[in-house]
Amino acid sequence: MAMINTGDILQTIQMIESQHLDIRTITMGISLLDCIDPDIERCCQKVYDKITRLAGNLVQVGEQIERDYGIPVVNKRISVTPIALIGGCQSAEGYVRLAKTLDRVAKTVGVNFLGGYSALVQKGMTSGDRAFLRSIPQALAATERVCCSVNVASTRAGIDMDAVQLMGRVIRETAELTRDRGGIGCAKLVVFANAVEDNPFMAGAFHGVGEAECVINVGVSGPGVVAHALKACWGKPFDEVAETIKKTAFRITRVGQLVAQEASRRLGADFGIVDLSLAPTPAVGDSVAEILELMGLERCGTHGTTAALALLNDAVKKGGVMASSHVGGLSGAFIPVSEDAGMIAAARAGCLQLDKLEAMTCVCSVGLDMIAVPGDTPAATLSAIIADECAIGMINNKTTAVRIIPAPGCRVGDTVEFGGLLGSAPVMAVHPESAGEFIARGGRIPAPIHSLRN
Amino acid sequence: MKAIIAITATDTVGIIAAVSTYLAKCNVNILDISQTIMRDHFVMIMLVDYQKSKVPFDTLRTGLLQLGQEQALSIHVQREDIFNAMHRI
Repeated sequence: MAMINTGDILQTIQMIESQHLDIRTITMGISLLDCIDPDIERCCQKVYDKITRLAGNLVQVGEQIERDYGIPVVNKRISVTPIALIGGCQSAEGYVRLAKTLDRVAKTVGVNFLGGYSALVQKGMTSGDRAFLRSIPQALAATERVCCSVNVASTRAGIDMDAVQLMGRVIRETAELTRDRGGIGCAKLVVFANAVEDNPFMAGAFHGVGEAECVINVGVSGPGVVAHALKACWGKPFDEVAETIKKTAFRITRVGQLVAQEASRRLGADFGIVDLSLAPTPAVGDSVAEILELMGLERCGTHGTTAALALLNDAVKKGGVMASSHVGGLSGAFIPVSEDAGMIAAARAGCLQLDKLEAMTCVCSVGLDMIAVPGDTPAATLSAIIADECAIGMINNKTTAVRIIPAPGCRVGDTVEFGGLLGSAPVMAVHPESAGEFIARGGRIPAPIHSLRN
Repeated sequence: MKAIIAITATDTVGIIAAVSTYLAKCNVNILDISQTIMRDHFVMIMLVDYQKSKVPFDTLRTGLLQLGQEQALSIHVQREDIFNAMHRI
């Protein structure tokens, strides 16, 4: 076969060099179901041994792929079976010990995050689940690399309002226990509706019980590449915008597919999915907000933002689906405020507010992500924010999530620095009116009807 | 086992010679070369087969990057698959 033409080769190199095209994460999903043990010591040891055995080469393989293909593989990560299932009969202290084991094993194999300190309580909580939820603040304060998620709602089960109520308190407590670091514990804690079992992205990754023993899931990235392509169609009709995004997403995803196949082959694991999400970073030129602004909005958050995001999200999926044999995970544009330079600027300018963000989550994955609110925000208000987001996910049959940080000692207008990929978050206003009586009710919001859809 | 070597530089004498001498030393076969001048910049793309290379891919790559530094060339070495994935259906 003849050599690919010079222009195409230079385009690829430019995408990587100056438009931040990268593989955002190679995430190895590992089942821990065979590590269940009534003795917590033995359980921790089995978990440690299994993860080191399967993921021992993960970082090395990721780095070799990076050199072979000349594309950065930013993160190598691990997701595990929801820990609430693994330590089902343990006390809160037992769960914290498991969390510490996970942190230790993450450090041993050299991954920067390990997800799956999770529970699925969309319909109700077992006594083990309750102990697990109680353990979260301490577990997140005592570890660095462990990520936690709790699924509290689904389209089929409705919303578990007891869990929603509890999670408001858990978030407050987690912020308090990590007060010295801006409440960073909450940046590693996601509350989900309709959580997916094969998500490679943190903090919400876990390895579902329907998954195989050991699976490789890959998350690509490339807001910068899409933004660059859109610069060439300024002022053109939306048909052209959608076409441009689709073509770009196709190219990005093909790289993801290649890396996912190669990584699973080299690691002797199953190839799971490629996640089509556009994941921004705080770096300039790697922003989802910038893409929306390039469609003609003066600033992200103004009227028209939801429509722009809907187009972007849909076009990315359409372009990506044909490029990969298995698409899954969250697959959509992420709008994490603290991790996106354009979102940060829009929030600082007061143009992007919590209510608009909530509307945006109706048309994209994944939800209210990396949002800092005042440290004195009541737990009931946090729960109410979660309930709203769950309702959107439940009714619209999609994944939604809340990752919110009540930044200790901070007021509206302050900025919380988390550093690295987590970025910095401007503290946003919440409504001062109470939702206390609403949240205090508890119980379940019933699952919705599936016909008469208006 | 094929790789693409992309070189950009301000046009000077002996760029092709330097790179191909190094490749010959490593026993890497050049399958195709295309070169062009883009806005005063010399751009050369090589398709090479490193199946019979005397050194592993990593060493070959580091060697070329080092050569690039010495001669003020910008060199990228990547396995061919990534370009095929992106630009061929």
